[in-house]
This record gives sequence, C-alpha cells and structure tokens, in this order.
Amino acid sequence: MAKVSMTVNGKAASGDVEGRTLLSAFLREELGLTGTHVGCDTSQCGACVVHVDGQAVKACTMLALEAEGSEVATIEGQANADGSLNTIQQAFQDHHGLQCGFCTPGMVMSAAALLKDNPKPSEGEIRDYLEGNLCRCTGYHNIVKAIMAASGQDVSSIAAE
Amino acid sequence: MPKDNDSGIGASPKRREDVRFLTGAGNYTDDINVNGQAYVHFLRADVAHATINSIDTSAAAKMPGVVKIFTGADFAEVGGIPCGWGVTDRHGNPQQEPRHPIIADGTIRHVGEIVAAVVADTVEQARDAAEAIELNLSDKPAVVNMAGALAEDSTKVHEDLTSNLCYDWVFGNDDDTAVQAAFDSAAHVTTLDLVNNRLVANPMEPRVAIGEYTRGTDEYTLHTTSQNPHVIRLLMCAFVLGLPEHKVRVVAPDVGGGFGSKIFHYAEEAFCTHAAKACGRAVKWTSTRSEAFISDAHGRDHVTKIELALDADNNFTALRTNTMANMGAYLSTFSTSVPSYLHGTLMAGNYKTPVVQVNVKTVFTNTVPVDAYRGAGRPEATYQLERVIDKAARELGTDPIALRRQNFITEFPYETPVALTYDTGDYVATMDKLEQVADVAGFAARRAASEAKGRLRGFGVNCYIEACGIAPSNIVGMLGARAGLYDAATVRVNATGTISVFVGAHSHGQGHETSFPQVVAEMIGIDESMVDIVHGDTGRVPFGMGTYGSRSIAVCGSAMVRATEKIINKAKKIAAHLMEASDADIELKDGQFTVAGTDKSVAWGDVTLTAYVPHNYPLEELEPGLEETAFYDPANFTYPAGAYACEVEVDPDTGKVSIERFAAADDFGNIINPMIVDGQVHGGLGQGIGQALLENAAYDEDGQLLSASYMDYAMPRADDVPFYQVDHSCQTPCTHNPLGVKGCGEAGAIGSPPAVVNAVVDALQSGGKEVTHIDMPLSPSRVWSAMNG
Repeated sequence: MAKVSMTVNGKAASGDVEGRTLLSAFLREELGLTGTHVGCDTSQCGACVVHVDGQAVKACTMLALEAEGSEVATIEGQANADGSLNTIQQAFQDHHGLQCGFCTPGMVMSAAALLKDNPKPSEGEIRDYLEGNLCRCTGYHNIVKAIMAASGQDVSSIAAE
Repeated sequence: MPKDNDSGIGASPKRREDVRFLTGAGNYTDDINVNGQAYVHFLRADVAHATINSIDTSAAAKMPGVVKIFTGADFAEVGGIPCGWGVTDRHGNPQQEPRHPIIADGTIRHVGEIVAAVVADTVEQARDAAEAIELNLSDKPAVVNMAGALAEDSTKVHEDLTSNLCYDWVFGNDDDTAVQAAFDSAAHVTTLDLVNNRLVANPMEPRVAIGEYTRGTDEYTLHTTSQNPHVIRLLMCAFVLGLPEHKVRVVAPDVGGGFGSKIFHYAEEAFCTHAAKACGRAVKWTSTRSEAFISDAHGRDHVTKIELALDADNNFTALRTNTMANMGAYLSTFSTSVPSYLHGTLMAGNYKTPVVQVNVKTVFTNTVPVDAYRGAGRPEATYQLERVIDKAARELGTDPIALRRQNFITEFPYETPVALTYDTGDYVATMDKLEQVADVAGFAARRAASEAKGRLRGFGVNCYIEACGIAPSNIVGMLGARAGLYDAATVRVNATGTISVFVGAHSHGQGHETSFPQVVAEMIGIDESMVDIVHGDTGRVPFGMGTYGSRSIAVCGSAMVRATEKIINKAKKIAAHLMEASDADIELKDGQFTVAGTDKSVAWGDVTLTAYVPHNYPLEELEPGLEETAFYDPANFTYPAGAYACEVEVDPDTGKVSIERFAAADDFGNIINPMIVDGQVHGGLGQGIGQALLENAAYDEDGQLLSASYMDYAMPRADDVPFYQVDHSCQTPCTHNPLGVKGCGEAGAIGSPPAVVNAVVDALQSGGKEVTHIDMPLSPSRVWSAMNG
C-alpha cells in the first residue's frame, strides 16, 4: 500500500492505495464520490470521465498514484456555489439530455472540457468529441442539443424536444 | 394550489430526477456498501461445452482474505432458475425445459457460465483466489449453429432432453393445406431469407447484486439492478431458494438502464442472497462489462424465411413465416414467450392479410441465454414483414408506400388472423404525417445533391405496430404465462395533503418520478411538488409486476388512476360531511371541494387533515385515514403504431452507410409528457439504428463470443446518428384504459431497423446494383461485398 494525496473538487484528499488501484476506484471507494461511474473495463464508455489538472481523463485508465499532487474535478464539484445546476447541467435538464443518468456524469465532464477548448462547437464537432462517451438511452439527440444550448447557441430549430 | 401551464397531463415539466443524476447524487446499486460486506468473484467458463471432471479449490481456499468458495455441489439442493412461460408445441406437447442451475452442475454449457464463486474480504482477493482454482474439464463439441443443432446427429446441449429443439410451434392459420392453397392461387409470391442479428442490450450500468442476511430476524435483503424487484423476489423465493417471501426484501434503487436485460432473474442474485447467510456477511457482486457480455441475456437471433402472397391487384392474400430462434443454453425468464407469442401475434402488422401462418422452432445452443431485448419479438416480426413488403414492391415495380397504404387495416376494432384485436388506430394518418415530416417530396433533390458528390442516396420507409401494456392475465395465462400481468399502485395521502404513490412500475430512465405525479396532481388539482412516487423496493411498495413491454403508464398508470379515483371518492365523502351536503353534490377542481350550485368550499388540505384528525367525521360510515390501493388488469393489449422513414447516403467506394435523415410518425394515443415521449423514441431509434448498421453478437464455431467487449461490439456513438425528426401528433386514444395511453418505450427500436435496410437497398438499386437484401448489421464490408459481389 502507498499513500496518495491530491486535491479533489478543491479539497485535500488522501488515502492508502495498492499500486493497481485505479483513480476511479479511489474516488468511488475511498472518497465516496460515487458520481463517477464505471461502465466498462476497456476505457470505451466514458462514464468515468473526470478532470485531472484541467484535462478530461477517463478515471478508469489512470492509476490513483498517477494523480499524486493533481487537481481532480468530479461531477460532485460541478454545481454552482449555491448548489444550483451550472450552465451545462442546467442545459442537460432543460433539454432532456439524460434518462437513466448513468452516463451523465461523464457526459457533463466531457462537455465541460469541450466547451473550455471550443466555446461554440458545431453539431459535428460535438458528435466527434463525444466519440468516447457512450449513452444507451437518449440516441444522443438531446445530449448534442443540450451541449449546443449550453454554449449559447439557438437550438429552437432542431427538430423535436 | 392551482396548476400552472408547465404541469398536468400533456405538459413537459423538467424531470425532477435529473438534479440528483446531474450532480453525482444518484444511488445506483454499486454506490451502496454494507458494513462488513465481502465480495464475490465468479469463476466463469472459458469454454462453451465441457464436462467438469473435478474442481480443486484447496489452494484457492488458502489464499489471503478468502471467506468461502462455492461450486455447483453447494447449490445441488436449491432449485434452478425458472422459465416464466410454458409454450405448447404444434402437437400439444410442452416445451423442453432443462434445469438451469445457479452454478454449473457438472456440465458447462456456455462461455460465461458460473463454475465457482469465491467470496473474499476484497474483490481483488476474490479475483486472485479464483485464479488458483484448478478445473479438470473434458471438452465436448460446441453446438452453436441453429440448423446444425437441429440435425439428428448433433451433440446435445442437454443430455437429458430428447434433442436441441425446445419447441416447434405453429400459430395463426395452422391448416397447412389451406395456407398452401392461398399461395398456389397467388398472382405473385415474394420470398425473403433473413437474419435478425443477435444483440447485447448493454445498459450503461452493469448488473450488481448485494445480498444481506439478518440473523436476529431471519430476514434477507437483496439490492439488485432490476426492472421488477417483486418478480425477482417471487421467482427467487418460490422457485430457487425456497425462502418465505415475507422474509425477503428486494430493492432496485436507481438503475442505469435495462432495455429488457434487467427483467430476468439471474443466478448472481440468488447466489448473493444465499451466500450472505452461508458466509455470515453481506456479499456484493459488481459485474464488469466483460462479464456482462457473457452473462446478461442476449436478444434477437432469429433466422427466418418469409413468404408473402399477393393477388393480381397487389392485395396481400397470405403470409407464411418459418423462423429458427436461438434460446442459448438455458431458458431465461421470458425467453420462450419472445419468439412465440410476442412475435407471432404481431405478424399481421398494419395489414389486412387474411391468411397468416407463423412457424417457429426454438433451439438450444452452447451460447448465453437469449431473452427479451427492447421490443422483444415485435422487432423481429416487424423486420421480416416490412422487408418482404419492400421487396415485393420492388419486384412488382410499385411504390412501397402505395403498396402499404393499399393493404392497411382501416376499420377498428380489427381481429387479426394471429389472435389480436386491435382496438384503435389510424395508419393512413401516421403515413400522411410521415410523408410530411420526412419531406418525401424533397427527396429527389436531395438524391441529386448526393449523387453530385459521388454518393448513392436511398429512401426507406416502413410501418410498425406493437402490442404493449402486457397484458390481460387470463389471456396470457391461457397462452402459457406463469404469472399475472396486472400492476398495482397505492396512493397514500398524508395529513397535510402531500401524497406518496407506491407504484409497481420501476423507473430506470423512463422519468416516472416526473410523469406519474403529473397524472395524480391533475386529477386532484394540486401542485405536482406535493406528489412523489415510490418505486423499486418490495419493502415499501405493496406489489407490482415491473417495467417492460412499454407497460408502465398503460398498466401501472391505470392502477394509479384507479387508486386516485378511490381517494377522491372518499375525500368527497369527507368534504360532504364537512359542508353538510350530499356526496353526489361534491365537485373537486383545482384542489377545492365545492358543493355544486353553492359557494361552499373546503380545500384539499382541510379534507386530508380531517381524514387523519377525525374529530368532525362520519366515523360510523367511513374509516379514518386516506390511503387506497388498486390492482389493474388490462382488458386488452394497447397498440401503438406508426410509420418511419430513413434516408441514407452510401459511399460506393467503401460501402460506408451514413444516416442522413430519420423521421418517425407515431401514434401513442394520449401523451402524459411529450418531452419524455420524444426522448423514448430517440433512444429506441438509436438502438434500432445500432442493430441495423453496427451491432452484432458474433460467436465462432467453438462457441467463443468474438464481440465480448466495447472494443469488438460496435455500440452506436454520437457520430453514428443524426438529429431525428419525431412526431406524435396522430393520436387515437386507447379505448380500454382510463388514460387512453398506449406506451412508447419500444417503438423506436421496433420501427427503425427495416427503414434503414430498405433505404440502403434503395440506394444501391439507384446505383444500378442488383442487391435485394443484406443481412444486418450493414457494415461497410457487408455493403461493399454486396455491391461488388
């Protein structure tokens, strides 16, 4: 076991982990941050996307020890300071961008990373960027629409709510 | 409080469950940990068919952290997993039904079957110890191909059965001579051989089970990822473990999608429940995705020959199908109903074909069990029918839409040759709407634009009908169902007027927590925030058959309406007493009880408080309190129907298909929450397009699943699908349930695959290719090969 320390959602966090412990397992099991979901074991589904030092990372592809000293952001830290939904979260609710909610944390974290780099992405750019995030419920329609809306684009002409 | 414009039936309030899901505050089964829990790792078969000569667990048992190791011998005394539907074959004999053990009982019958289970302090220790188990196996030939499985000299999957045939079933017109005569007298017969590809449901949340046992009270709790916790409790207690139902609580908290694959009672659920007592500790199992591919029930996997007879005026005169359907190695909960009653009864489709005969052979193979996946039998029926109609239109040189319109059922109720009575519908209206939404008139210009850039463009259309709201219990009982298929709801009004509705339906993405309160709040005229639903816990919800088959609002919603009506009736009696009026004169509107024709009124909250503080109350005539339960058993299925259109571009150099446009015109009857309904259709379309273009659960000849991870199984991604155009303005309300609702959960998955394939065939033929059919998934290699074959 080795000690690992990092900052998670602005707070210091540490714990003892095995060398093989994944960042996703550390967040979920050690820190109780169960909003980061694990939907596969081949780094395909993207339900576990978090931000490490500002970059979107699949937390199942990174060892907890590799995050030593890093700034980690998870879905639990995304809401506004007063607890209200942030712009992306609110857009997902407004446009029905989630159903079962399991892929949602990863989708929101990926969307946040996309909009940081590309504040007004086109539909095609959003679809390309989400290649690493699987959703089985929504057919992606309302996820893409929500991200366009979160970036301030007019989505009223997109067919159907 | 009066309702606002964002509430009530027909409005689209934002989903209340979203806030917890968007902030990481959901409560999925894997998020739950129990004090002192141990973890189980299942050692799963890596060969498809073998005799287990011996299992040596001695070294594994000495590994660090190991609590207990289980093998098949430990479960020899408990029951097998039951099949919930007994189909009678064409000769009146019961289906062949093998024992379905919790842990393999001396024979391995599919890759992924549980051979041993290691319970340890940590999941890593359990996994490490499982690697130290030594298996001595004698391999047997794997039975994979269905036609081969039915050959007389085939190896048997189950030595104690007479063959690999589960049942040979006929439905509809069973007079072979009369059916053949209809074909012999036809002006034209179109024949098509096709495969409905095997799929894996793949809800994004893998399955999880946590078993707990409380010695002091001899009670068990199972947390599990289920669409129907009461069904799991019943099957596990009555058939597998032999436990008293009242000592077992099954909880399905937030569940991350199901699509049918979380209906069934699985071995891991019974194992964790049993092992919790045997180990004296809670036992938790979390499936990996790799395990999910080889242990979740698969879907579809039909091989069909369909024949359509037409007269000289292009009227459909007869339809005959012959299907082989894969059951896998064991019979999963609903498995035998899917290729029979959920498929055969839909073969008439939207058409007035007078003669329909459905022949189905179900087959055991050394593969993962196959059961219901979104649509369950109805996509298989729709795909065959709508493909053969399209092929017939091309052979006859007639317009595919016109051919369909000519043969539509137009008068209701309509009794089909395959046992259903459609209560209502308007297929002409949905086709009219589709032609408008899909902009059929603009297709020629779009094709020209595609051709100008070197692409082929195709347009495909199809219709669908489904039977939802399963189902009248007496009917399904006659057909072999071993359960009733009603649902239940309890409406509990608190003293202060807030309401908890305990519903037997389970929400795992469908948004019931938002839509169900819309109904109750509108009936009473109170704010929706005063109403919550409670679901997914046998310890809180009295009973329920769960969510599948697009039944939640049609069946459980009807029970909720009935229970609310009882509440209102009782509340009116209390209000009448308070206002010294007759019950019959009391009206309820906007949460106020009034005496008709007077200005007397009492508020909802005054009445509910009186029910619980009955000082001024007719105690001699009425019990205090305000809580009512209703069980609702539907009189018929509901029949959502519609028409779908797909436009594709095909790259002639690579065979790559891209979906350019997809339009859906559905008739779901009345709609509670249009936003949620649109979302259900979108999701179904995504899965249907996935089946048509991408997904395939492929086995090799040794019974190894080749597509057993997301590296190999092509899930639809955001860049595989377009924005969809969906419309549900055609509404013929269901005639037999109180809300006039039909259900919308499966339509997209049922209606979309044939539209995609029809469009690709259209594109290829527009390019001069003599291609009449390609089996799904229409991968670039298959399309390219068809073009260049």
